[in-house]
Amino acid sequence: MSLCRNGPNVGASVALALLLLLTALFASPALAQVETEREAAAAVGAVTPDTWRQVRSGEVGPNFRDSRADSTYNLINASGESWRQLRNRWVSPFGLIAVGGMAGVILLFYLIIGRKDLSEPRTGRKLLRWPLVVRSIHWTVASLFIVLALTGLNLLYGKFVFRSLFGDAVWASMISGSKLLHNYLGPLFGILLVVLLARVLKHNWLDRTDLAWFKQGGGLVGKGHPDAGFANGGEKLWFWLLATAGLVVVASGLVMDFPNYGQSRDTMQWANIIHSVGALGLTAVALGHIYIGTIGSEGSLEGMTTGYVDETWAKEHHNLWYEEAKDQAVPEDQLTGDKPVSGDSSETASRPG
Amino acid sequence: MAQMKFMCDAERCIECNGCVTACKNANDVEWGIQRRRVVTLDDGEPSEVSISVACMHCDDAPCMAVCPTDCFYKTDDGIVLHDKDLCIGCGYCLYACPFGAPQFPKQNAFGERGKMDKCTFCAGGPAESKEEEYEKYGANRIAEGKLPLCAEMCSTKALLAGDAQTVADIFRQRVVKRGHADGGWSGNQRRERERTRAGADLNQADSLAYDATRRG
Repeated sequence: MSLCRNGPNVGASVALALLLLLTALFASPALAQVETEREAAAAVGAVTPDTWRQVRSGEVGPNFRDSRADSTYNLINASGESWRQLRNRWVSPFGLIAVGGMAGVILLFYLIIGRKDLSEPRTGRKLLRWPLVVRSIHWTVASLFIVLALTGLNLLYGKFVFRSLFGDAVWASMISGSKLLHNYLGPLFGILLVVLLARVLKHNWLDRTDLAWFKQGGGLVGKGHPDAGFANGGEKLWFWLLATAGLVVVASGLVMDFPNYGQSRDTMQWANIIHSVGALGLTAVALGHIYIGTIGSEGSLEGMTTGYVDETWAKEHHNLWYEEAKDQAVPEDQLTGDKPVSGDSSETASRPG
Repeated sequence: MAQMKFMCDAERCIECNGCVTACKNANDVEWGIQRRRVVTLDDGEPSEVSISVACMHCDDAPCMAVCPTDCFYKTDDGIVLHDKDLCIGCGYCLYACPFGAPQFPKQNAFGERGKMDKCTFCAGGPAESKEEEYEKYGANRIAEGKLPLCAEMCSTKALLAGDAQTVADIFRQRVVKRGHADGGWSGNQRRERERTRAGADLNQADSLAYDATRRG
């Protein structure tokens, strides 16, 4: 009766009832019971602990389907948690220790030991050290580096400081500005870094002098100056750091900057870790480079601003280069522009070998 | 306070994608984005199983932990929401999310990500007005006392949404009954009557092969 109550499908219901009746007639109750149990066993056993173990591992079999059209995701992104732990528990705190520690050490060094002054008076005669083109690229790369470092630090640490300090409205524009600058200036920095590295590569081949230079700690403390050519061991180390770690940071940055080439989530996780470790390390070392180049030693900065250095400075910091280039020294009052004597010649003269 | 959770019963999901459609419709989700996805394991094999996934509103949400702008927050109901005004589209939440929930509009050049979009448990998000809220985040059914539409519309009730305790209780009950000779049919009034008549032999009562002629 209850079957017929459904109305329009009376015919179908009757047919079904007949079918069921036939089934009931031919199949013995015992057999039916076995069938039911077998069916239940097959139907219920689908999700095994093994299935979930496979899911947990992030593994994707050939018969994995995702209803999102272009999805390349697995069911559980297991590596996401590893990335989170690496970033939040290791990169963030140790990056802060590296950068902050470096700043602290430099400050202490400056307060206790102070600036490295020239030990003899200036002669007033100048040597061309950095031609205009190198200076321009250097300062462009340097400015970009500083912008990228500050925006990068803001992306990693800003939320702990500025959001509560300035409120959401300011924070929103601050952080989105940081991301835009970081993402758009990054590739430009990469290109110019390569140009700069190529331009000054000739000064930076390591040789035996550098070994001795490092053994004496670069003469950082005290009066003495170890022998050095056009570039000393420290400068070369900074060059090669940028030529290795710097380029890795640029490359890993590009991986994250252009997510339209189908790189996977896992690839970008690794790119992020490599990028942040490298960039934080370089930022820490850059603080040292900036210190030595500006307030850390007398007479260094003018080489990169005016292009010329004093004879005394050259003699003390780069004695081997000075010996080669001293003929080209020009009295200060005769300096008119960038190329009073022979343009790039002092560089040519200093080329090793 | 309630702790809102989704739970998808993989034994019941039939991969109909009704939840995906319901969600997209309820929240007027942007073209190219579907907040919910249905994953099928061992497709076409006897062990085939499907499960519907979206933001699972984690207790210890990885997206919240890694977001550089701190745009995520948790409501009193344990729902993880985010502020699109603060989102910068960096993609870190996507790197960290266990479920692939965050998605980004991709109309910009070079795949630059737009503002992140994800399931809101149909709870909207921070906005000045209702219209703005709907525009940015979709429906706020929770404010109307309703549960997420995906779960509400699930044809097999595989996808459950609601207070964690309630959802867990329902699922626990299912697990206990599942594979039992009584099948999934306990509580059905007709069957309860049959069952009493058949005594202890439940298979006798469990006649899916319903025999109308035997009825008194």
